[in-house]
Amino acid sequence: MRYSIRLTIGYRYGAPSDHVRNLVRLLPSDQAGRQRVLARRLLVDPAPGERREATDFFGNTMTAMAFHRAIDRVRLKLSATVERQAPADVLDLSPGLRALRGEVADHRSLDARAPHHFMGPSARIDADAGIADFATDVTAGARTVRDAVGALGRALHETMRFDAGATDVHTRPGAAFAQRSGVCQDFSHVMIAGLRSLGIPAGYVSGFLRTLPPPGQPRLEGADAMHAWVMAWCGTETGWVEYDPTNACFVGLDHIAVAYGRDYADVAPVKGMLRSSGVQDSDHAVDVVPL
Amino acid sequence: MTGRPRSRQADLPPFLAGYGLQPGVADELFAADGSLRAVWRPFIDQLSRLTPDEIAAHFARGDRYLRDAGVFYRQYSAEAQQERDWPLSHIPVILHDAEWEAICDGLAQRADLLERVVADLYGPAQLVRDGHLPADLVAGNPEWHRPLVGVAPASGHFLHFIAFEIGRSPDGTWLVLGDRTQAPSGAGFALENRMATARIFPEPFPRTNIRRLAGFFRAFRDAMDALPGAEGRRTGVLTPGPGNDTYFEHAYIARYLGLPLLEGEDLIVSNGAVQVRTVSGPQPVGVLWRRLDAAYADPLELDEASHIGTPGLVEAIRQSNVNMVNALGSGVLETRAFLAFLPKIAEVLLGAPLKIPNIATWWCGQEAERAHVRDNAATMFIGEALSSGLPFDIGGTGAGARRLQAEDVTEARGRRLVGQEAITLSTTPAWVDDRLVPRPMSVRVFAARTAQGWAFLPGGYARIGHTGDAGALSMQYGGSVADVWIMRDAPVPRETLLDRSSFRREDVGALPSRAADNLYWLGRYVERAEGAIRLLRAYHLRLAEGSGPGDAQMVAIGALLSRVALDVGQPAHLALSPALRAAHVCAGKVRDRFSVDGWAALADLTRHLEDMSGSTLAGDETARALGILLRKITGFNGLVHENMHRTSGWRFLTFGRAIERADNAALVVAAAIGGDAASGLHDLALEYCDSRITHQRRYRVDTTRETLGDLLVLDAYNPRSVLFQITAMRRIAEDLPGARIDGRVSPVLARLMPLETELAVAEPRALSAERLDALRATLADISDRLTAAYLI
Repeated sequence: MRYSIRLTIGYRYGAPSDHVRNLVRLLPSDQAGRQRVLARRLLVDPAPGERREATDFFGNTMTAMAFHRAIDRVRLKLSATVERQAPADVLDLSPGLRALRGEVADHRSLDARAPHHFMGPSARIDADAGIADFATDVTAGARTVRDAVGALGRALHETMRFDAGATDVHTRPGAAFAQRSGVCQDFSHVMIAGLRSLGIPAGYVSGFLRTLPPPGQPRLEGADAMHAWVMAWCGTETGWVEYDPTNACFVGLDHIAVAYGRDYADVAPVKGMLRSSGVQDSDHAVDVVPL
Repeated sequence: MTGRPRSRQADLPPFLAGYGLQPGVADELFAADGSLRAVWRPFIDQLSRLTPDEIAAHFARGDRYLRDAGVFYRQYSAEAQQERDWPLSHIPVILHDAEWEAICDGLAQRADLLERVVADLYGPAQLVRDGHLPADLVAGNPEWHRPLVGVAPASGHFLHFIAFEIGRSPDGTWLVLGDRTQAPSGAGFALENRMATARIFPEPFPRTNIRRLAGFFRAFRDAMDALPGAEGRRTGVLTPGPGNDTYFEHAYIARYLGLPLLEGEDLIVSNGAVQVRTVSGPQPVGVLWRRLDAAYADPLELDEASHIGTPGLVEAIRQSNVNMVNALGSGVLETRAFLAFLPKIAEVLLGAPLKIPNIATWWCGQEAERAHVRDNAATMFIGEALSSGLPFDIGGTGAGARRLQAEDVTEARGRRLVGQEAITLSTTPAWVDDRLVPRPMSVRVFAARTAQGWAFLPGGYARIGHTGDAGALSMQYGGSVADVWIMRDAPVPRETLLDRSSFRREDVGALPSRAADNLYWLGRYVERAEGAIRLLRAYHLRLAEGSGPGDAQMVAIGALLSRVALDVGQPAHLALSPALRAAHVCAGKVRDRFSVDGWAALADLTRHLEDMSGSTLAGDETARALGILLRKITGFNGLVHENMHRTSGWRFLTFGRAIERADNAALVVAAAIGGDAASGLHDLALEYCDSRITHQRRYRVDTTRETLGDLLVLDAYNPRSVLFQITAMRRIAEDLPGARIDGRVSPVLARLMPLETELAVAEPRALSAERLDALRATLADISDRLTAAYLI
């Protein structure tokens, strides 16, 4: 399936800001066996005084940019064409939870996808007893790690309400879970915290959903903005699987990935520090169309 | 204590009677056979020639030095952080040079090993692939910073300035207790301890035989200057700022080495290059001696919540444009659990065992080790695997902390725990109640990478327990610190930081904008305080002379005081404390630019203000106390203005004083000429501007609006007049960077020059309260322009 992706993000500052420096993770990358990027372009207005593209630790493309004169607004426009490869139908060969611990310990590597990075805690996700108890309860019947991933994701989808006004970008997973509501970022953080409490390495994926569903299917939650979901390591044989707790499904043809990390802090689409005044308002629009 | 008195040797002085050695504990002063170690003999002989009173007097000299130098440390308690006197244990730790050289040889080997390990962890990670270091201990480590993986340091090395905490085990051999590779503190304190002991024990012998410290710092500075790309660019000390517990040391060592003390917000990154924002614009930085923990260094790529970092610093490092001492990420080597693996890694990487072993450590993430720790928990410290703390920090003394026990070492928690052998550290003498008693100690040893290999500070920073228990070593829990003397058998040549053979004049470089800003406001606040003191004193003098608070004159003065936020109903020390506190805060942020005397004068001022609190009575008593305060503040001003180098720093401080003085004079004179002479404010204005005698001599009439305006506003030769201050400001502004570019004057001069001319040609009778108010508005605009042009 081939997609055309368009995204614009705009920021306006209360007063002209000096020395604005941003780190942007918006450009999707090739992921072997998952997706191929046929074209990608990021336009920045006004044009930054300096700009460099680099690959971060987890293999994501990051764009570092800085403005050498004071600016009072920035607009980022992404356009990309990405081919999403169909996930193979997998037989569940993942081990049980006890055996997984041994498989993690035997994995001698610090590569970007080594499970050790994703055992937690991480910047935005610390251990939370409430989430851990919940995760233990709802996965009690799970035979394999992959089973446990699905069971926890479904249970969270049933328990938590999607509510765009209930949380903000800084809400900790424990708080989102306590109030049983949030957006895709919160669903994902809570699920990652739950998986890690079970000893399952888990990380955060940012990306896009197709805007309009195929005929006859419901529109997915989160399609009108950038989306986020979860990846979980299901042992040496199965490796990483991706699960979308906001929509209670293993990730399929509709999900295009942009960045992978331990939590939101590793993949935040735009990071920037303002010395003088804060962002007054921002807007954000996404359009993902099958070609 | 089960000790036996060391009375075996008849020649021991009385203060050693009852020096109780404990079985199974090594001692620095006495050898295992009970004999006094030869290396201590000259010192003990010297001490024994002094009476207890003389000894107390000697110690007091050292304490006075430390107090006068402003050496303090911050103590964190449940309520608030406090600055405490420096806890110097006056008796040094004495080691023989031969033993010391063996220690340094062993630690140099360890330093090279650590460099190899950290280069691997940020490079191929072969140690993990080969199973010599568990991946979990690296990937789960908060000090292993992923953005730095694959980034080779510009200097070619990760480690440039490191420290080791070492202690002596019961069999007399040395052990490494912990590695300090992030941003080790203590070298500056070691210097200060040496300054203090030099005052306590000034006698030439045994001092002539003690190895000196200055050469080490010179070698370190030269090594930093020789790093690639350092030439023509600045070297600075990067500090987290005054809130940090070792900020004093950062300021001290920066001043000692002649380096600017920089905070994250002083730096900007442009096109991958690090620059410091100065009053002359951005200037390139080539080397940063980092005293800031890596996580806080760059909010864009490291801890996003950091407010003390520099956005883009990691990008500059990635582009090899700045040398970091030490590289961001080196702190991972401090991980306690690594001590379990380093002995084996030494064999693998160096092909040889560690010359000085580290404290035996077991990581509980492995089944066999976990069982061993559980079975031997009684003789171990059990603590966090990823902590960088020393073994004695384990279990803490903080309220509610519980020492971890065998049952805590479960399979689930094991990967985050280590067990460490609970060794008993050696004891060293401390002076308690007129005699020497044994106290446990550890020593911090400092090493700097030079072209000739690792150089070691020949001395160090000893921590002394306040009881016999090794757990009491931390200063935070009442321990103390001591100087370390490395003794030779023959005299040691003198040396200083300045190498006479290669004298060069250091370019002081442009003043960082933040430092300029603090100096400017320091000047303003001190002057503001002085103005407030003068006004309050005038009020209390009148009270003393019989005026009642309800008299019309007193009400008028009270109203004027309230315009500068002073409440006559409030005790004077409370009314004054905001301005003086603000001055103190500004001074604290530019401590590295202050002479010791200037700092002491400011501290003295604050102390006097505190003394005033309590029972000082309104009227005469308060007026007299305020008079003393006035003389002290004048003393501070005198010290600063007589002794401060006439560089940019002095200019901003003086500009701040001048603008505040002009503003206050304009305010007071406006109030005076706005009313009539009977209001009593005419007199007050003269008194405030210290110009009563001049007025009498010159005009021979009572005050009028004209005579006041003439003398206090328009007189170009009265140092307290408004015009005098405006002229002073204009002269300083002429010397500031960018004063004239292509003949055009700076925004500051553009306002000052017409103002000066206006006052120079003005007639006294044309002055009105309104005109003075307009003048004050112009001064506020000048302050804004100065800030925009130089200070942000």
